[in-house]
Amino acid sequence: MKPRHKKLAVITAGVAALGFAAVLVLNAFQSNLVFFFSPTQVIAKEAPIGKNFRIGGLVEEGSVNREEGTTVKFAITDTSETIQVVYTGILPDLFREGKGVVAQGKLDDNGTFVADEVLAKHDENYMPPEAALALEEAAKAQKASLTQ
Amino acid sequence: MAINWYKYASPASFYTLAGKMVPFFAIIAIGLLIAGLYIGFFVAPSDFQQGEAYRIIFIHVPAAWMSMFLYVVMAFWAGIGLAFNTRLSSMMATAIAPTGALFTFLALWTGSLWGKPMWGTWWVWDARLTSELILLFLYIGFMSLQAAIDDPRRADKAGAIIALVGVINIPIIYFSVQWWNTLHQGASVSVTQAPTMAATMLTGMMVMVFASWMYSIAVILKRVRVIILERESHTTWVAELREKGAL
Repeated sequence: MKPRHKKLAVITAGVAALGFAAVLVLNAFQSNLVFFFSPTQVIAKEAPIGKNFRIGGLVEEGSVNREEGTTVKFAITDTSETIQVVYTGILPDLFREGKGVVAQGKLDDNGTFVADEVLAKHDENYMPPEAALALEEAAKAQKASLTQ
Repeated sequence: MAINWYKYASPASFYTLAGKMVPFFAIIAIGLLIAGLYIGFFVAPSDFQQGEAYRIIFIHVPAAWMSMFLYVVMAFWAGIGLAFNTRLSSMMATAIAPTGALFTFLALWTGSLWGKPMWGTWWVWDARLTSELILLFLYIGFMSLQAAIDDPRRADKAGAIIALVGVINIPIIYFSVQWWNTLHQGASVSVTQAPTMAATMLTGMMVMVFASWMYSIAVILKRVRVIILERESHTTWVAELREKGAL
């Protein structure tokens, strides 16, 4: 082995060892790297209840209720569990029923999540409105043909 | 005809070669940039959810990809320089860093401008955004460390260590949206899946990606030429260039 090849081997081994260390560290910190908890995790008490934390999921269809002023009540769902949320403030433009949302706040005694910040989480699909409409109609048609 | 590639590992001959290549890549970059921006702003349709605001993707995604890709290339050349003691490789790494840092900053900045209207916040500490910010610090750390050491050969070695250690951050950035819950959405374009974007949007974005590639190559070659001149200023070939009035 030439000295420079030895050097290359040492460098490669060094980077590999660091990579392995990084994997272990990231695994250990797994739960701290989570930006939000799902409603299922909250119900299962995996979230830091009693402290400020974030819930993420979809805004349940038909659950949005606008109250006095800028107070809004809605439900966040991950399709298996649902958490009621109350928020006072301005919602982001992309806040819509059936779309992704991340709320930060605290659970109160009744199990309602009192949010002090609501962020919209959009997906990775980009298409013109006509295409979105066509997809929606195709889905409806498929549903209709399934129920017949 | 066999080309002796090792010839171009010598700074003197690479200096001439790079000088010939710069205008070529610069012209392609300008052409692609105009085409890409035209497609992005005038041809591509508006988005069903985000309306016109999504158009920042034509800058944001190419910048973010380049920021990661350039880091890998920088670490590669720095590592080669460290292992084989080849001067030109280390000069390449030094030349790549500012462009990489520029693209990282662009990705963070455009992302922030995009996040405010769409997510409702300029910044969140989710895994994707945080790891990209660390990338910016790595670039800045690499550049400041090299600038702080007077002896260029020692600066190359020290910089190479930072560059190689930091390479671990690249898969973390890339896979952060899959490994953890993040506010940032998943990838629209990936190797394993069909893109989830309308065709004209994708075309515009890819043209902008190639424009960034060409721009990066042109600027990095230009910069490496300056670095070669600086470091080889004591040699006869640079003295000859000076006599000819070519500098």
